[in-house]
Amino acid sequence: MTTVQTGIQPISTGRRVKDRIVQMLVYLAFAIAVVPLLSVLWLVVKNGIGRFDLEFLTHSMRNIGARDAGGGAYHAIIGTLEQVLLASLIAVPIGLLTAVYLVEYGPGGRLARWISFFVDVMTGVPSVVSGLFVLAFWVLALGMPFSGFAGAMALSILMMPVVVRSAEEMLRLVPNDLREAAYALGVPKWRTIVKVVLPTAFTGILTGVMLAVARVAGETAPLLLTVFFTDSINNDPFNGPQMGLPLYVFDQAGRPTDTAIDRAWTGALTLILIVMLLNLVARLIAWWRSPAKRGS
Amino acid sequence: MAKQIEVSGLDAYYGAHKAIEDITMTIEPRTVTAFIGPSGCGKSTFLRTLNRMHEVIPGARVEGKVRLEEQDLYGPDVDPVSVRRTIGMVFQRPNPFPTMSIYDNVAAGLRLNGRFSRSELDGIVESSLKGANLWNEVKDRLHKPGSGLSGGQQQRLCIARAIAVRPQVLLMDEPCSALDPISTLAIEDLISSLKTDYTIVIVTHNMQQAARVSDKTAFFNLAGQGQPGKLIEMDDTSRIFTNPGMKATEDYITGRFG
Repeated sequence: MTTVQTGIQPISTGRRVKDRIVQMLVYLAFAIAVVPLLSVLWLVVKNGIGRFDLEFLTHSMRNIGARDAGGGAYHAIIGTLEQVLLASLIAVPIGLLTAVYLVEYGPGGRLARWISFFVDVMTGVPSVVSGLFVLAFWVLALGMPFSGFAGAMALSILMMPVVVRSAEEMLRLVPNDLREAAYALGVPKWRTIVKVVLPTAFTGILTGVMLAVARVAGETAPLLLTVFFTDSINNDPFNGPQMGLPLYVFDQAGRPTDTAIDRAWTGALTLILIVMLLNLVARLIAWWRSPAKRGS
Repeated sequence: MAKQIEVSGLDAYYGAHKAIEDITMTIEPRTVTAFIGPSGCGKSTFLRTLNRMHEVIPGARVEGKVRLEEQDLYGPDVDPVSVRRTIGMVFQRPNPFPTMSIYDNVAAGLRLNGRFSRSELDGIVESSLKGANLWNEVKDRLHKPGSGLSGGQQQRLCIARAIAVRPQVLLMDEPCSALDPISTLAIEDLISSLKTDYTIVIVTHNMQQAARVSDKTAFFNLAGQGQPGKLIEMDDTSRIFTNPGMKATEDYITGRFG
């Protein structure tokens, strides 16, 4: 009879039931979200693993006839790596500096509000539009050739808002105490940002950059309009048409033969693996940089 | 090394809100000056005006004069960065840089400001950590992260970091309020030994602490909610705590309000 004396009650049946129901709903929602992900992975692995061989990784599609088996995506892998790297080289510095401005210098200012607004607008720009923009500006108006670099520019337009937004979030998470501690030591603002704020936010910023890379690595439409298309290896991203893995998948999947469809699956598998590998590298760098690791 | 600070007619604002009004005082070199008063009376704000940390907050500004040995800190061609290098600060919550080791934390102020050889840095880091009474506890793990220390050790690390740049004045904003009594004692001992070299100003809510560590005490109060804080009186600590000149001071010290 302690319940009567203290007024402390056992959990009521109603709450138990509600707890169960909500718990089930959460698990259900999780399952619904995971099913498409797993099924996509499963399909890609199942259909792609057959052609995932050395030839695929080391050969291009040059001199491979419409009905021939064999061939590979080496030219597309090279293209994707170069385009994504170039796009990152353009987008990450600009995006990071924008985020630094928004968090450290801009707050409350009109310019910061405008930049913030346009970053939001950029987030919503469809990827075809960025490709069209580069096509119209770089290829048609300036008369430059189709090239990996043109593709990288289109991709960087898509990367930039993602980098800005994630870096901004991470910079805001850096406690103000640390900035004040540095100021109180007589450290100028810019050095405080470079030596204290950015290193503290490094891991988060890196994750954001990887998300942006993952987002653009799979883009097809802007590449179609800017790097054009080729079956041969072109190592020079600044000159002449290149290939990219998404383009490769798009091209092969549109062909009528089973061998081409198989290549498309393997191309998709390769793309997923590349993005996963990049993520893994980023994780390793973050882990290697973390104070917890150095403390052990 | 230690220098005198003279404040005259100082007002500080947060936007349109006036936080402190018309403060005039002289802070003597090589002494410990304590600021006491109820919450919101502007002690911390005033402390932050002394090394131009107040203006770091957007919209905050200061009117009036703060002079360090005849030099106006708010003069038109004074670099606030160099003011902060001369007048160091320790904050309420220990805030070591999380990405840096103990050694790097102490060396941070020097490294971020100029070039020092490895041996110079080693020497300064050791003497600063000794000065902060932390050397014996951390000498075997200088290259482990500073965030792994206890709260009291972290606060002493922050003091070591502040004295490593050889300031002339050390401002402390409730340095013990987040610490247990033993760590508090360690820091109070440290304050007493530091005053031979530095001018120290400490804000505290703990009146016993003010009585224990300080030579001079300034009592701040505000007339009411939303009113600016004012300096009520400033005198020798022994006098403030035994025979204060103002009724408000006596009421506050004896615990009748605040």
